[in-house]
Amino acid sequence: MFDAIAGNRRQSYFLLALVVLLLAGVAYVFGLYFELGHWVAIPALLFALMMAWGSYYYSDRIVLSMSQAHPAEKKDEPYLVNTVEGLSIAAGLPVPRCYVIEDSAPNAFATGRDPQHAAIAVTRGLLEKMNRLELEGVIAHEMSHVGNYDIRFMTLVTVLVGTVVLLSDWMLRSMWYGRRRSSRGGGHSILLVVGLVFVILSPIIAQMMKLALSRQREFLADATGAKLTRYPEGLASALEKLAADTEPLEVANKATAHLYIINPLTEHKGWTNKLFSTHPPMEERVARLRGM
Amino acid sequence: MEIGIVGWVVIGIVGVVILWWIATYNRMIVLRNRIENAWSQVDVQLRRRYDLIPNLVETVKGYAAHERQTFEEVTKARQAGIDARTVQDQAAAENMISQALKRLFAVAEAYPQLRATENFQQLQEELSGTESKIAYARQFYNDTVLSYHNLIQAFPAKIVAGMGGFAKRDYFEIEEAEARGPVQVQF
Repeated sequence: MFDAIAGNRRQSYFLLALVVLLLAGVAYVFGLYFELGHWVAIPALLFALMMAWGSYYYSDRIVLSMSQAHPAEKKDEPYLVNTVEGLSIAAGLPVPRCYVIEDSAPNAFATGRDPQHAAIAVTRGLLEKMNRLELEGVIAHEMSHVGNYDIRFMTLVTVLVGTVVLLSDWMLRSMWYGRRRSSRGGGHSILLVVGLVFVILSPIIAQMMKLALSRQREFLADATGAKLTRYPEGLASALEKLAADTEPLEVANKATAHLYIINPLTEHKGWTNKLFSTHPPMEERVARLRGM
Repeated sequence: MEIGIVGWVVIGIVGVVILWWIATYNRMIVLRNRIENAWSQVDVQLRRRYDLIPNLVETVKGYAAHERQTFEEVTKARQAGIDARTVQDQAAAENMISQALKRLFAVAEAYPQLRATENFQQLQEELSGTESKIAYARQFYNDTVLSYHNLIQAFPAKIVAGMGGFAKRDYFEIEEAEARGPVQVQF
């Protein structure tokens, strides 16, 4: 499982480097077309950062209120709070605040900009349908998201992807309104066309990379969670139960779906879904856990 | 004095090595301190268990006052745990407490009114939670020792470790062979 952790981490950094390269590529093409050149990427980056900052900084409050979660005290939910406290000890993290969502669909999520401001929420359905080992597995997975700073990581990726989308958008708008510098002659035109196609496709490519990264971090959270409990079968069995339960989670929507342990919106099978899904397919997660 | 390009390169390399040395040394200090902290965290949980026991004994006594021997065993074991000074004494006392608690809960099985009370259920949950936390704290201690060993034994950090006096630490392991065997439940 230590190998899985290291491997997943490496792959996610590799994908992150690819996203940065993509951004650099788009900025370069921008430079080919316009007088302003590549430096326009910087205001785009700042703009995307500003847009993402609020949601990142207040991520815990925003998501918790959207999900209608109420705080769980030790006297109301002793087992949940004890489990979270125990796993915090195992992870060496401060204890996150615990919340419960009154919905019978089993699911859980973690949020918060860093371990000091973290929160974990579980649904009533999860508490009722999982046995002790499975619940520990799920909470260990969520705790791992906190410990691996996944919220911060995915926000960083969102900012980069947002910048790519902005640049691509600006460029296409400018072309549409005809602000092109004088063409230097035939030799450049192939490059310009390729660049144009690249820029048109870049938002989709960036989005796909972001989803691939999200899936990679889910694998990492699975592996780190297994290290916390030293019992991967707990989470594996929980995931199987979760996959079998097709009830959609009412409080979830597209904006918060990626935070949950499994996709709370009903899924259709198909290869396009695999590419555009925030979570890896259940069978593969279970197979990797059982192989540890 | 003319330094020249070769001179600058040498100075650069020496600078990088010094920075690496400092960073590695500090990393070892951080990990070693974490080990100390992790060890004392185990004590925090053990203490929590000691604090819960008198409450549990009083609750059970309320319903099963005649089970004197069991109560005495638990109280004695708890005191041994508090008084223990060496690691071996600590481990032996821990074992005694676990056995005595098992017997106490076995006794409580025979009193359904006791088991139904909220007080008893809360205490049972707290004790069970504390047992898990003791295990998690020991696991975290072992994980911290592993990170530390991974750093001080790898090359070239080994050199820094040797010069800075960073020694290997012991993992928390069960010492008595009997504690590893399957648990016998006797009624």
